[in-house]
Amino acid sequence: MGIAAEALKDFKGFNLKKLPEVEPLSSGHRACQGCGEILALRQVLKALGENVIVASATGCMEIVTSPFPQTAWRVPWIHVAFENAAAVISGVESAYKALNRKGKIDQPDVVFLAYGGDGGTADIGLQALSGALERGHNFIYVCLDNEAYMNTGIQRSSSTPYGAMTTTSPPGKKSIGQRTWKKNVAYIAAAHGIPYVATASPAFALDLMNKVKKAAMIPGPAYVHIFSPCPTGWRHETDLAVEVARLAVLTKIFPLYEVIDGRWILSRKVAKPKPVSEYLKVQRRFRHLTEKDIEDIQRRVDEEYEDLLRRCAMSGGEPEKKEGEEAQGD
Amino acid sequence: MGKRVGMEVSIAAAEVVGLCDVDVIAAYPITPQTHIVEHLSELVADGHLDAEFVPVESEHSAMSTCVGAAAAGARTFTSTSSQGYALMAEICYIASSLRLPIVMAVANRALSAPISIWNDHADMMMARDTGWIQTVAENGQEVVDLLLHAYRVAEDPRVLLPVMVNLDGFILSHMIEPIYMPDKEEVQRYLPPYKPALRLDPRNPMTFGPVGMPEVYTEAKKAQDEAMKGALPVIVEAWKEFEKHFGRAYHPVETYKTDGAEILLLTMGSVSETAMTAVDKMRAEGKKVGLVHLRLWRPFPAKELVEALQGAKAIVVVDRAMAFSTQSGPVCVEVKAALFDHGISTYVQNFVAGLGGRDVTVEDFEMMVAKTSDGLAKGLPMTYEIVNVRE
Ligand SMILES: Cc1ncc(C[n+]2csc(CCOP(=O)(O)OP(=O)(O)O)c2C)c(N)n1
Ligand code: SF4
Repeated sequence: MGIAAEALKDFKGFNLKKLPEVEPLSSGHRACQGCGEILALRQVLKALGENVIVASATGCMEIVTSPFPQTAWRVPWIHVAFENAAAVISGVESAYKALNRKGKIDQPDVVFLAYGGDGGTADIGLQALSGALERGHNFIYVCLDNEAYMNTGIQRSSSTPYGAMTTTSPPGKKSIGQRTWKKNVAYIAAAHGIPYVATASPAFALDLMNKVKKAAMIPGPAYVHIFSPCPTGWRHETDLAVEVARLAVLTKIFPLYEVIDGRWILSRKVAKPKPVSEYLKVQRRFRHLTEKDIEDIQRRVDEEYEDLLRRCAMSGGEPEKKEGEEAQGD
Repeated sequence: MGKRVGMEVSIAAAEVVGLCDVDVIAAYPITPQTHIVEHLSELVADGHLDAEFVPVESEHSAMSTCVGAAAAGARTFTSTSSQGYALMAEICYIASSLRLPIVMAVANRALSAPISIWNDHADMMMARDTGWIQTVAENGQEVVDLLLHAYRVAEDPRVLLPVMVNLDGFILSHMIEPIYMPDKEEVQRYLPPYKPALRLDPRNPMTFGPVGMPEVYTEAKKAQDEAMKGALPVIVEAWKEFEKHFGRAYHPVETYKTDGAEILLLTMGSVSETAMTAVDKMRAEGKKVGLVHLRLWRPFPAKELVEALQGAKAIVVVDRAMAFSTQSGPVCVEVKAALFDHGISTYVQNFVAGLGGRDVTVEDFEMMVAKTSDGLAKGLPMTYEIVNVRE
């Protein structure tokens, strides 16, 4: 049995009827109305409870939760810079390891969480993330992927999807908008051979929380990539974040899966996928796309989904059945 | 009891850090600093030092890891040089703003381009405004002593600032010197265990590094500046304590044969020892020359410096780094400002010497003194020049 499977032997998932009451991230923060990122972060923290130390990258979630002298954090939290959340948590985790071993403290069960946006993860912070994953620190890294640099005003990142409009990938006579396909950081994380990688969505809250709980139980690094709609940057209605996140999964654009000890496992098979156009049309960042562009995107989405299925089949990963999951699914 | 040993200075630096009960060391290689962290990794590997050795993937992460570890309550150490310092500089500002008592040894080296692995003070000068305390060693013994002193100062509850100990790359870092190495008990008597004022602890949650709106940023910087200024007496006190424990005395500003001196050389780092030889030679020839050298670069000991320089007819400031397109090198700017603030208008000549590993010799000092004395006699304007440039 691999490290992760061993640690998850007695795993019990959260129950839809009885969710944890703790709110380590308090209300009263300053995120925009309908922000999918803060919703995802809240779910992550509910899943982790209060015996946690959090390192934040610069970005929306740092700015909106910590304007001095206020703080939305009921757990210890540190922000240092944009690109180094993984390196900072490496230090925190190493300190706890040394201090516990040397008998200077007795706190062996603290959970270490680092999080950053897609810019702080896929671009400028990728090196620090890769270093920390490779060194095998016992921590969880959460990427809150809203597919652009939102904090600085909706500029493209390497996680911005093909064709999307941002302020540095504007569509025009000679441009479709974002010209490159989304960088797949979850695959990059998995290529490090770490015990646990997962994708998650705040529209599937139980699944997200269960994955984060697993990530905390497994020794060594864990990476969770969370799809996080941003009404401000994606130009969709503020009450649609959850709906947009759900559509991303149901159109196969953002499939939910886990990689446990190198075994790829689909969290939910999208048997009857919706067309990507349904997802694209509710967001004004895609409104300039032509039928032909949408066909190209559909083709690419299908190919990528096939690739994922192949990985699952080849590594012998079986889709897992989860309690309560159907109730909030399609 | 400690003992006198013949040892490479880098190894001695690592040994003394190893005696300081450090908890976390983050390291990334760069010449000429490498021997320090290599030896620390050996101490950890052999079980002589109980610490987490984190072999990070860059200097940026080295400092980030130290920040995380120090915030979690660990005693931390890292070391770098030149380009490595440049890469970590972003986080160095944050380390001091978060008031984390990290200690770092910098084996001073020139900055690219052209790439040069040899010694000058460009990295030390880049660190000038980061809010770190900076001490400067002249020889191997001082490297050991200043590292011990660094932890004592950094962790003093009245200070809580990171400390950078500067040692000249190769010239010091790779020398084998006789060094008095204290033993663990001696170190423990001088250096109390680290008790963090605040730490990342789920039982007592705190927010570290929040956003500073315009209403608070200036106040935060003022508080930081006051902490830095307030560190000066603590630094001096820690040196006095050091003298009681180990018998070696240190001061922010050191003087050599300054009695009756009309021309004073002003230096920093290992070049001060060459300057002393030059002073001896010139004194033997009847020239009234003395030496003032700075041991403490930040906080800048302006008052002590002015006291040391007062009464001289001319001052020869030797800079080891460029400040492009200015009227003086970085050290000389400070010296002139300090004199001006105290209403003193001594004749000051500034020479930039020893860039990128170029030797600074006794003859160079003689030449600088001769030029200065000539300029003073003829009433020539004060100058700033790079010495020994081949045209
Ligand atoms: C070294 C550095 N470069 C640039 C910035 C400016 N900056 C701050 S946050 C940010 C974008 C954050 O985007 P992302 O990581 O995607 O998070 P989001 O705000 O979208 O949640 C940028 C570019 C910075 N703080 N530091
Ligand atoms: S800009 Fe987007 S990600 Fe940032 S707080 Fe607003 S909705 Fe959330």
